[in-house]
Amino acid sequence: MSEIIISVLLLVGGGFVLIGSIGLVKMPDFFMRLHGPTKATTLGMACLLTAAIVFFSKSAEGISAKEVLISIFLLLTAPISGYMLIKSAIHHRLPASKNTKGEENIEED
Amino acid sequence: MLETVLLIVFAMLGLALLLSVWRLVVGPSLPDRILALDTMYINSIALIILYGMSMGTALYFEAALLIAMLGFVSTVAVCKYLLRGDIIE
Repeated sequence: MSEIIISVLLLVGGGFVLIGSIGLVKMPDFFMRLHGPTKATTLGMACLLTAAIVFFSKSAEGISAKEVLISIFLLLTAPISGYMLIKSAIHHRLPASKNTKGEENIEED
Repeated sequence: MLETVLLIVFAMLGLALLLSVWRLVVGPSLPDRILALDTMYINSIALIILYGMSMGTALYFEAALLIAMLGFVSTVAVCKYLLRGDIIE
């Protein structure tokens, strides 16, 4: 039973990470490209780490704090790095495609 | 069953890593390359976790924790450099 749970979590997590990287390649401008890694990849990593927790909870080593620490750390730091990246992109005045909305809300710094 | 799923997910994560390398090489701007590096370290954490699961040991998770911490710090430092031209003012 736990093997099925681990397999489903691994496939969902790997799929989300792959979708995040495909979005990184396919999207037309930087402001859209930021969505892939910050959202899809974070969710995929959460699924993969949950699979690792389930996998090691039934082995001899027992459940360890490292998986929980990595998942908390990734969920905590992904928004901060996304914020810093979008700040530097606005600072460099990167060109946006015509489908990107909200450019009139950008304030001069 | 788990061995097959592990192989499939290894292939998916390797493809994701190659796609981020492509974005790192093509660019076109500096924040794009930083974003590609950010994605690459997340993908490498996922690969290390999968390798640990296929080997059946949690020994490699310390390396994953180190990569998570140092990758975040380096992303913030390079973004700060792009924003201000200086890391510590």
